[in-house]
Amino acid sequence: MRKVLAVGRKEMRQILRDRRTLLILLFVPAFFLLLYGYALNFDIRHIPLAVDDRDKSSDSRELVAAFVNSGYFDLVAGVGSPSEIERLMDLNRVRAALVIPEGLSRDLRSGRDVSVQVLVDGDNANTATTVLGYSSAIVRTVSRQLRIERGGRVAPPRVLLEPRIWYNPELRSTLFLVPGLIAYICMITAVVSTALSIVREKERGTMEQVQMAPLGTMSYVVGKTVPYFVVSLASAVVIVVVSMALFGLPMRGSWGMLLLALSLFIVGALATGLWISTIADTQQTAFQLALLSSFLPTLMLSGFIFPISSMPAAIRAVTYVVPARYFLVALRGIVLKGAPPSTYSFALSMLVVYAVGMLSLAAFRLSRQRTA
Amino acid sequence: MTMNAIEVRDLTRRFGGFVAVDRVTFEVREGEIFGFLGSNGAGKSTTIRMLCGLLKPTSGTARVGGVDVGRDPEAVKQRIGYMSQKFSLYEALTIDQNIEFFSGLYGLDRRTGRDRRAFVLKMAGLEGREHTLAGDLPGGWRQRLALGCAILHQPPVLFLDEPTGGVDPLSRREFWTLIEAMAASGVTVLVTTHYLDEAEHCHRLAILHAGRLAAIGSITELREVFADRPIVEVQSTDPVALMNALADHPDVEKTSVFGTAVHAVLKRETDVRRFIAGLGDGLTASPVAPSLEDVFLDVVEQAQSPEPKA
Repeated sequence: MRKVLAVGRKEMRQILRDRRTLLILLFVPAFFLLLYGYALNFDIRHIPLAVDDRDKSSDSRELVAAFVNSGYFDLVAGVGSPSEIERLMDLNRVRAALVIPEGLSRDLRSGRDVSVQVLVDGDNANTATTVLGYSSAIVRTVSRQLRIERGGRVAPPRVLLEPRIWYNPELRSTLFLVPGLIAYICMITAVVSTALSIVREKERGTMEQVQMAPLGTMSYVVGKTVPYFVVSLASAVVIVVVSMALFGLPMRGSWGMLLLALSLFIVGALATGLWISTIADTQQTAFQLALLSSFLPTLMLSGFIFPISSMPAAIRAVTYVVPARYFLVALRGIVLKGAPPSTYSFALSMLVVYAVGMLSLAAFRLSRQRTA
Repeated sequence: MTMNAIEVRDLTRRFGGFVAVDRVTFEVREGEIFGFLGSNGAGKSTTIRMLCGLLKPTSGTARVGGVDVGRDPEAVKQRIGYMSQKFSLYEALTIDQNIEFFSGLYGLDRRTGRDRRAFVLKMAGLEGREHTLAGDLPGGWRQRLALGCAILHQPPVLFLDEPTGGVDPLSRREFWTLIEAMAASGVTVLVTTHYLDEAEHCHRLAILHAGRLAAIGSITELREVFADRPIVEVQSTDPVALMNALADHPDVEKTSVFGTAVHAVLKRETDVRRFIAGLGDGLTASPVAPSLEDVFLDVVEQAQSPEPKA
């Protein structure tokens, strides 16, 4: 026990002394959170809008007003021809245009459906989809109002726009992304810092010196990883708190379950770092291995950014061994939904399986190396 | 009575088909400074790693401080100190924190730890610099601190793997003074080195070549290989040319260059005076006692020539 403490205290001192490591552990997570929190924000406001109103009726003006009053669109130009719209879009002066056909009011009054056209600059697919979503929602609202106003008639007329259904009507993408960020950041701090700290000892020869001392593999591993566990967990809690303050992340479930999920995930990540350190001989190799085995899967294959359901079957199969996948299910369940534990208990148990599996693998390789 | 601190019998280690250490047998007495000489890859480090319990022997036995290394490697570790040429300290920690860490690693209790810390600081001449970072220390001090950290638990046996690499001559001398004092107090020291002049500090030497023990004994005993082969030192301004010329001389077995001189090993029963007289032409030549380098080169050569390795 005294030996474990000695290793742990030494490790903690090294963490505190080594500014680079400390930076990775504390500031990089905060930096990533701010960067991604704002940059990965898919909400869009103040989209410059051009309007080509060929009807010039009170109904058409009502439709334009609905766009402007939504807060999503800023009316920057009234135009008279399609070529003018094209020019404005090429100049990036507008990102969307609303074209209201002549006879809108007349057709509505005679009970016929009418179509309005929304042109969207598609150079950014995400923005375009979002703009379409807004437009569609606005047109539907206006259409409904018109129907109510002209109620009592048989088959009330509609204003149509090709509907795009966005699963997140509020479009609060930040809320959806923050759990992914937490997973990503935990993975970086835990995997990289553990792997690097052990490989650094190999590089500098202090590992050999420690091996010459009567210290069991378990004491070494525990003493070595506990400080990183503490720092990673603290870092994760900070991220959650900052997300609550800055991005309005709700905390609908229990903190106890959150800490449990975080701990399980971090233990798995530490074990991954440990395992990498048994393979890599230089810090550079260790960093690259960490990148391949944890960053990229966490980013790409966890459902953080790309929904798993839309992946090809072969890639979807790979996601089953990515711990972040389960962690995200648990985290979203706890934080965003406050769902009952039964809905994410499978995800938690998969995290346990991953952590135990990875730990055994790392311990096996370590003990084989020590008594070659 | 003197006991053997280290007893090695037919120690062998293979890596796949490669035999790194081949049936090595030797003993080291308590309080002895025992040197391992050999070129890179001769098996010095592999032998030390086995004696420290880091590497399992393929066959043969080794007892260190009375403990069978193959059976109980962890018990061996409590009885040995180990220091390598890297002076493996934590550079980002202070001197004090390094000492504290290694005290903890060896499970020293608080009081012993305090006493040993004071001892090590004094021995290494680092009193008053406890809060200096280990990484800021010059080589010689770092070497002494590393030695101090290796003997915190007062091991009866000390392994030094090329302990003076990259250290200035003055620090090397101070270091050897420390080692000799420790040996005098009963600590057994096994040291590997490339520096032949350092080997002079050893009570006995083993010369390893290609995994085998090629020769063993005190320096005086080792010089016996030249008992019936005189060595003549011939001065020259162009030693290489002279070496080549002497190599063809009928009385000369072999030659080697030592600075501005050539050492010519004469064949058995050669009359030295007649040989020197025969050189003539203003060459300064005189019979010399074999240096350790002569011995080392000869031992390695003989180990290479007679039979190919199994």
